[in-house]
Amino acid sequence: MDIITASNLTYGQKLIHLAQAAENAEHPIPTTPEYDWFFERDAICDMHEGNAPYRPRYICCDMERFARQGSDFLRLDAPDNLDDLLMNLQILYQNVPSVTGRPVYVGQLDRVFDPFLGDLSDDEILPRFKRFLNYIDRTVASGYCHANLGPEDTRAGRLLLQADAEVQNAVPNFTLKYDPEVTPDDFARLALQTSMACANPAYANDRMLRGTYPLATNGPKDGYTVVSCYNVLPIRGGAYCLDRVKLSQLADLATSTEHFLNELLPNAVGALLEYMDARIKFLVEESNFFQTSFLVREGLIERERFCGMFGMIGMHECIEKLMGPGHVYGTDPEANDLADLIMTKMTDQVLAWDAPYSEVGGGRYMMHAQAGFGDQTSSTPGVRIRVGSEPEVFFDHIRHCARMHRFFTAGVSDIFPVEPTAAQNVDALLDVVKGAFAVDDKYLSFYPSDSDLVRITGFLVKRSEMEKFARGEAVLADTSHDGEGNWRANALADRKVRLG
Amino acid sequence: MRAPVNKIIPFSLVDGPGSRCSIFLQGCNIACAYCHNPETQQMCVACGTCVAQCQAGALALEGGRVVWDEGRCVQCDTCIHVCPHRASPKVRYMTPCEVFDVVHSYQPFIRGITVSGGECMLHPEWMGELFGLCREVGLGTLIDSNGCVDFSRHADLLDVCDGVMLDVKAWDGDTFRRLTSSADGAKVVQANLAYLAEHDKIQELRIVVVPGWNDPEATIAGIAGVLGERTGKTTLKLIKFRRFGVVGQLAQAASPTDERMAQLEALAREAGFTDVQLR
Repeated sequence: MDIITASNLTYGQKLIHLAQAAENAEHPIPTTPEYDWFFERDAICDMHEGNAPYRPRYICCDMERFARQGSDFLRLDAPDNLDDLLMNLQILYQNVPSVTGRPVYVGQLDRVFDPFLGDLSDDEILPRFKRFLNYIDRTVASGYCHANLGPEDTRAGRLLLQADAEVQNAVPNFTLKYDPEVTPDDFARLALQTSMACANPAYANDRMLRGTYPLATNGPKDGYTVVSCYNVLPIRGGAYCLDRVKLSQLADLATSTEHFLNELLPNAVGALLEYMDARIKFLVEESNFFQTSFLVREGLIERERFCGMFGMIGMHECIEKLMGPGHVYGTDPEANDLADLIMTKMTDQVLAWDAPYSEVGGGRYMMHAQAGFGDQTSSTPGVRIRVGSEPEVFFDHIRHCARMHRFFTAGVSDIFPVEPTAAQNVDALLDVVKGAFAVDDKYLSFYPSDSDLVRITGFLVKRSEMEKFARGEAVLADTSHDGEGNWRANALADRKVRLG
Repeated sequence: MRAPVNKIIPFSLVDGPGSRCSIFLQGCNIACAYCHNPETQQMCVACGTCVAQCQAGALALEGGRVVWDEGRCVQCDTCIHVCPHRASPKVRYMTPCEVFDVVHSYQPFIRGITVSGGECMLHPEWMGELFGLCREVGLGTLIDSNGCVDFSRHADLLDVCDGVMLDVKAWDGDTFRRLTSSADGAKVVQANLAYLAEHDKIQELRIVVVPGWNDPEATIAGIAGVLGERTGKTTLKLIKFRRFGVVGQLAQAASPTDERMAQLEALAREAGFTDVQLR
């Protein structure tokens, strides 16, 4: 009844909340006593995905294939021109589910659009792109929604960056797959100028990520895409689920570091792995999603290209609790070594586990540094350094990131607010991205420290919309709900401003 | 060989193209009324004023020198604010090798270094050695100078230097003297301008516009006269005076208006500059 009578939710948001409540009335997935023990203590978490999964968490349709073939189910012919294509995509988006009920991935848009630009002039294309981006922002209305660009320089990519800077929307997020060997500097500069104008795009280390998954037959040449809060997932597939170990809460249960490393951690990881198995088996064998979805029938997704994401969060607080004050994660070598050891143990255990229905991951679950959502306190995202404890020298911070990134295949990221004056020297930002990726950092994003568009855990929201929600008003994008709590709870406004 | 290093900033956005490490040397040969870092002008005379006021106990008078304990320092800058001599006790005397080790550790995040001051041209041999080391590992080398030291006497340094970011503070000799306390500065800067242009070593030229204190119209025209056909290929930055950090007569002075800056930009373009940036 609280949902039905709420004054700060839109009709669409109520519908989603009510569907979640209905799903959670069922309990089809068995859990073990070990799982229940850790779950009750909040040390492992199912991300509130719902008790009875009837669709995968994240779906990454092969939009290039869709652009070539149209859809029988949706009764859409293959598009002849850009206008047909844009309309077809808008219709498809209404039919792509995810854990949020709306698509978290709208395509590698430069590759999707480029073959359809024909002899249209820039002045004809730009208003079309802006209308299309506004359509996504107002209908998908979820900051977890993501589009990709690059690493090649394309006309469509340039026009999309220009359109995105002009519309100043929070949705979709853009990731630029960047490889200095492939991406020309002046395209990268345009992207960085756009980041300084509207906090998009973020930057993925294409050199390191493109080998993550096997390629789809006759599919895109890199096989991966970045969606939601920087999940690196197989294109023409996606993720069944994301579950996580909450290291900070797990550390609360520890009597010593040895107890943590040798008993709690392996037991919690083992319990979560068993739970993921059961969840995925239900989704694949009983929910009938893959058996009935037109997305599968028409080859836009393949069941064999889905993986399970094994997440973790709260390394910073975990180290703090295990080692006590004086050993600050991020700057203290002993603290960093312990974090490395925890990650090594956890990763080894996950990668030794035979995961069901995980062909695309080589029969294994994929590691993900989970960034959190909503107003969770006491857990810094993934392996990030807590706001306020960042190393003094920016480069030391990036080297630390790169060291911890090596454990994660399905996404890990960092967020840096930068001095607004960096817009006048984007070459400096480009040098930083190149340097970071040369030392094997996998993903980073920037936003100007005075921007209305700010990044929370990875998703983007408008500060002005969060303030509206905090005053009790309904706002269109429900990620403003998650953002508002998280922004306050984790003092994100106090992130160390870089490049000063 | 050691030079007094006031500060090393790992990452600077405003000291040349791309991401650069900036090294600030202590001590200057002039004293601009609008100096934003007046604490870099003079060398410490060990008067002890700052020692008595350091709350962190990071300063001590030992053997006639003020000794700074970096580990205890909380960077409150009280020492700098109370110094009656426009100096700083937080200066380290470092060899080119020691500075190189620091900047080298910032690769691959930086494309080069910029040495500034104070006035870095007071230490040309030291800088030459540092630049030589940087070049060996592919780091760029820029000098940020007030132009009051004769560059033509340091051809060896220019061989290992990518370029000079040169201030042209005023054109008329009397105006220059009033602004900087330098008797013949204007002449030396103008000679350096010609020499550096001839050797293709000008990274950028900068004029700080200070209402009532300098002559930007004459400076723009004078520079264009010296550069001749090179004018169009030279970057000119027109910088608004801002009172942040300034002490003395200009501590409360106003910045020039946007209209004034736009007017000067137009004038510079008329004089033949094509890359004019307002800051």
